Amino acid sequence: MTGKQSSWLLSAAVFANNAVAEEMPLNMTQGVTDVSANVYDLHMIIFYICCIIGVIVFGAMFWSIFHHRKSRGVTPANFHESTKVEIIWTAIPFLILIGMAVPATKTLMAMEDTTNADVTIQVTGSQWKWHYKYFDHELEFYSLLATHPEEIANIREKSENYLLEVDRPLVIPVGKKVRFLITSDDVIHSWWVPEFAVKKDANPGFINEAWTRVNEPGIYRGQCAELCGKDHGFMPVVVIAKPIEEYEKWLAQEVALAKKAKEEEQKLLAMNMSYEELMEVGEKAYNANCAACHQMNGEGIPGVFPALKDSPIALGDVGKHIDVVVNGVPGTAMQAYGKQLGLKDLAAIVTYERNAWGNNTGDAVQAAEINAYLTGN
Amino acid sequence: MSSAEKIVIETQLDDHHDDHHHGAPKGLMRWVLTTNHKDIGTMYLLFSLLMFFIGGGMAMVIRAELFQPGMQIVDPDFFNQMTTVHGLIMVFGAVMPAFVGLANWMVPMMIGAPDMALPRMNNWSFWILPFAFLILLLSLFMEGGGPNFGWTFYAPLSTTYSNDSTAFFVFSVHIMGISSIMGAINVIVTIFNLRAPGMTFMKMPLFVWTWLITAFLLIAVMPVLAGAVTMVLTDKYFATSFFDAAGGGDPVLFQHIFWFFGHPEVYIMILPAFGIISQIVPTFARKPLFGYASMVYATASIALLSFIVWAHHMFTTGMPLAGELFFMYCTMLISVPTGVKVFNWVATMWRGAMTFEVPMMFSIAFIVLFTIGGFSGLMLAITPVDFQYHDTYFVVAHFHYVLVTGAVFSIMAGAYYWLPKWTGHMFDIGLAKAHFWLSLVSVNVLFFPMHFVGLAGMPRRIPDYAVQFADFNAIISIGGFAFGLSQLLFVAVVYKCIKGGEKVSDQVWEGAEGLEWEVPSPAPYHTFETPPKIK
Amino acid sequence: MEQQKPQDNTRLVKKLVVTVFLMFGFGFALVPLYDVFCDITGLNGKTSQVAAETSDTVDTSRTVTVEFIARTQGNIPWNFQPEVKRMEVYPGEMHELNFLVKNNSVNNMVVQAIPSVSPGMAAAYFNKIECFCFNQQPLVNGQSADLGLQFYIDKDLPLEYTTVTLSYTLFDISEKIEKDDFNKLFTADTVSAP
Repeated sequence: MTGKQSSWLLSAAVFANNAVAEEMPLNMTQGVTDVSANVYDLHMIIFYICCIIGVIVFGAMFWSIFHHRKSRGVTPANFHESTKVEIIWTAIPFLILIGMAVPATKTLMAMEDTTNADVTIQVTGSQWKWHYKYFDHELEFYSLLATHPEEIANIREKSENYLLEVDRPLVIPVGKKVRFLITSDDVIHSWWVPEFAVKKDANPGFINEAWTRVNEPGIYRGQCAELCGKDHGFMPVVVIAKPIEEYEKWLAQEVALAKKAKEEEQKLLAMNMSYEELMEVGEKAYNANCAACHQMNGEGIPGVFPALKDSPIALGDVGKHIDVVVNGVPGTAMQAYGKQLGLKDLAAIVTYERNAWGNNTGDAVQAAEINAYLTGN
Repeated sequence: MSSAEKIVIETQLDDHHDDHHHGAPKGLMRWVLTTNHKDIGTMYLLFSLLMFFIGGGMAMVIRAELFQPGMQIVDPDFFNQMTTVHGLIMVFGAVMPAFVGLANWMVPMMIGAPDMALPRMNNWSFWILPFAFLILLLSLFMEGGGPNFGWTFYAPLSTTYSNDSTAFFVFSVHIMGISSIMGAINVIVTIFNLRAPGMTFMKMPLFVWTWLITAFLLIAVMPVLAGAVTMVLTDKYFATSFFDAAGGGDPVLFQHIFWFFGHPEVYIMILPAFGIISQIVPTFARKPLFGYASMVYATASIALLSFIVWAHHMFTTGMPLAGELFFMYCTMLISVPTGVKVFNWVATMWRGAMTFEVPMMFSIAFIVLFTIGGFSGLMLAITPVDFQYHDTYFVVAHFHYVLVTGAVFSIMAGAYYWLPKWTGHMFDIGLAKAHFWLSLVSVNVLFFPMHFVGLAGMPRRIPDYAVQFADFNAIISIGGFAFGLSQLLFVAVVYKCIKGGEKVSDQVWEGAEGLEWEVPSPAPYHTFETPPKIK
Repeated sequence: MEQQKPQDNTRLVKKLVVTVFLMFGFGFALVPLYDVFCDITGLNGKTSQVAAETSDTVDTSRTVTVEFIARTQGNIPWNFQPEVKRMEVYPGEMHELNFLVKNNSVNNMVVQAIPSVSPGMAAAYFNKIECFCFNQQPLVNGQSADLGLQFYIDKDLPLEYTTVTLSYTLFDISEKIEKDDFNKLFTADTVSAP
C-alpha cells in the first residue's frame, strides 16, 4: 500500500466515527459501556500506530523503488550489514510495544473484575439457541432466532434485523453491573454482544464469568461466536437494556406471567384441545422450531434431515413419536424439545406432524400425554 | 547467497564412471519410482497446484453462497463442510506441499549436494499425500457428509457431535503428518550432512536456513497434531474422555493441545516464504541481502517464540488474567523479529539498482501485503480488543493476508524465479505480468473489505449474514471470483513454460548468485554429483 | 557424493525419529500436565478432587457470597437443585447443604455431577470435605435422593473475591458403564444417598 493509500485508510477511519458508518459500517462500535469505549479507543490507538509505521516503512520502500532503479542508471551500493542499525530498529519497535502494552493491560484488568454485581444471569448456549435464567428470580426462557424461514429462503423480503432478532430477548437494567454465568448444553458456543464488548465462550460442563454495565437504554444485538454446527449463524443474542424502574416492572410482570403459565399448564393437563386448535398452534410452532431442518413442506433434506412427510415415525406409534420430539435422538442433530417448549406447543407439534402434508393419521395428541412422557409415567 | 563470494565448480559433468544412466528415465513409472529430488519437487509442486484449485473451488462455493444474504446455493451443513475442507486443503495440501516442493528442488542445489539425504523416503513422503487427500475428499461424499467442524476441529463438536467422516478425517491427517515429518527429517539430515565442503552454516542461502528452522518446527509439532487427532478419534469411538467433561475431561484442553501445534504451524507456513523473498530481493536489487546474520537470528527467534504464544487463539475461553497477559506480551513480542526482517528487506533494496521482473513484483507485493497482515496480527494480539475481533471476519482477513498475499505470493514469486532454471525457458512475461496485476488487485478486493465486516460485527464460519454486511460481502465475492479466475493465468504460464520459450542462460537473472545459478538451465537430472568447492 | 558416510545419516535420522516419538508422547503428556500446571499455578476453575482437611479457624472479618448452580446437561429428565441458591459465609467456616436429585424417566439411570467454580482463580480456595462430584450416582426410575456437600472457603482466598459460584452439571453416564457393572448398581440394596 502506498503512503497515499495509508492516509486514505486513516481518513476512512475518521469517517467511520461519523454517521457515514451507519450505512457502510467500516469500524468497530464504540458501544454503550465504559469497557466498550475503552476497547474502541485501544483499537484506534493501535490502528493509528500501525498506520504510522506502515507509512514510514512503505514510504521508504516506495521511495527506494522509485529512486534506486537500474533504469535510472544508478550503481548498486555494496553495504550489507550494520549492527548499530539493527539494534536501533529492534529497540524502537520494542519500546512502541511497551507503549501499547500498558493501556492494554489496564483495560484487561478492568474487564476481568466481576465482583459486586447487581444482577446475575445464567446464560446457556445449545444447538442452536440461548437460554437465560435470572439467578435471583423464578424466570427462565429460551431465546431463539425469530427470523422467518421464508426470509432465509429468499421467498419473503428480509427485515431490518434479519438474523439478529429473537422471540424472547434478554432484558437487563441500565446502569447496574450485570454478571453473566455462561455455559453450554452441548458443544462450545460463544456469547457475544459487540456493543458491550463482551465475548465469552460457553464450554460444556464448565462455567465462565463475564460482566457489563450498560450506560444507555436500547436494544443490542450480537451473535454466537464459536462454530457450533449447522445453525451457528442462526442463533443471535439480543439484549434489551431498560432503565431500572422499567426493568423492575418488566421483571415483576414476567415472573408473574411465568407463574401463571405454569399454573395454566397444570390446568391444561386436565383439558382436551380441539383438533383444529392443535393444528393451528402446531403449524406455527412447527414452522418456528422444526422447519429449519425438516422444512416447511415436511420433506427435510435427503441424507441430512429426515422427511416427516410419509415418515414411519409420524405415521407410527404415537408414544415413539412423542419420545423423539421430547427427548431428541442422541448422536444426531435432533434436539430434545421437552425442556424447550411448553406442553401445549409440544402436543400441537406432534399433532401437526401426524396430520400435515397428507400424513392424515387423525391423531390429536394432548398436553397430558406429553406430560406423561416428561414425568416418566 | 550469504555474501558476494565466488563459487568455483570442480566439475559438473556426470559422464564418468557411474553405473546409472544419464538423464531421466522415460514413462509413467519414472514418476512412481523416482528418488530424484527434482522429480519429487516437481510432483509436490504440481500436486500443490492441483490442491490449490480444489481448495479454491471450495472457496468459490463459499463466496457464491455469501454473495448475497439468504441461503441460495448450499445448505448450512454443507457450507460448514466447505469451510472445513477448504482450510484443510489449503494448509496441508497447497501451501505446505508447495514449500516442500521448492525445498526438494532447491535445497540440494543451493548447498552443492547431489540429492536429498534420504531419496527413497523422499518418494514415500510425496506419494502418501495424494492418498491422504483422496480419502479426505471422498469423505465429502459419505452419507451425512464430510468433516464440518472447521479445520481447527474443536471438541466436542468434532467428537460427540460429529458425523462418521471423522474417522477418515483423522486417518487422512495422520498420513499428511507422516509425510511432513518424513520430509522434515530429510531436510534436516540433508542440510546437516550433505553441505559441500566450505559451505558453513553461516554461508548457506537464507532459503536453506529458513527451511532448516521450519523442519525443526515440523518435527516438534506435527507429532502433537497426531496426538490431538488421535485423542479426538478415541474420544469419539473408544470411550475416552480427554475432552468430555462428563468423564473428567475438558474441551478447552483440546484447544491447548491443538494450538500448541497450530501456532508453530502458521510459522511453518511463513518461514520458507521469508527465505524465498530473501533470495529474490537481493537478486533484483543487485545488492547483497542486508543483515544476513540478523535474518538468521530473527528467523530462529520467531521459531522459538512461536512455541509460547499458542493461547492467543483462546483469549475468550475463560483464561485467567495472568494467562491472558502472558500470551498477550509474548505475541506482541513476535512482531519485533518479524519487523526486523521487513526492515532488512527494505534495506537490501535501499541504494540498490532495482529492476522489476515478475518475481520481484510478487516479492514487493509480499512485503507490503504480508506486513498489513502483520499489523492486523498485532491488533489481534491486544487481548481486550481481541474480544471484539475473535471469531469475526477480522481474523479471516488477517490470516488470509499472511497466507495468501504472504505465503502463496511467495510461492508464486519462487515459482517465477526458478521456473527458468527448472525448464530452461523464460516464461511468457506478458501473461505473467497480467497474472500478477490481476491477482494483486483482485486479492485486495477479496480480503481487504473483510477487515471492515469483521469490525462491524460479522462472525466467521456463517453461511448467511445480517443485511448490513451485504454490500461488502458482494464486493468480497466478486474479488474472490476474479482472484480464482486469475490463477488460471498462472497455470497457462507454467504450462507454456514447460513446453517451450526463450532459452535462458545458467544465471537466468542478472544479479542472481548462488550454486543453483552455476548449473545449466534446465538443471541436469543429476547436479553436483561431485561437490563444488566453496571459497 | 561422499561428503558424509551413510552412518552419519543414520545417527541423525535416529535422533530425529526419537524426537518425533518424544513429541508425540509430549502431546499426550499435555493431558496430565494441564491439570498439574493448573494445580500449581491455581489457574483454573477446577476444584481439587481430594477431600480437604477440616478447617480449624474462622475469619470473621469478612464474608464471602457463595452461589450454587445445579443443572442437567442435554435432555436428561432429572430434577436437580440445591437446597439454597446462595449463602453468606465466613472464610474457614464449615457449611453443609444438600442437592436434591430426582430421576423422572422410566429407566434406571446413572449420572455424574461435574463441578466448575467461577471465578477460576477462586477454585483452589473452595475446599470440599465431602462432595458427590464425579461419583457415579445411580437412581431407579422415579427415585429421588439428597446429595450432600460439605465445604468451607479457605481463609487465604484473596480479598478481591467476594462472590464465588459453584456450578454442578449432571451428565448421563448410563451408556458409558459396562452392562454388568450397571446392573450391579441397581441391586435390591441400592443406596440412593452417599
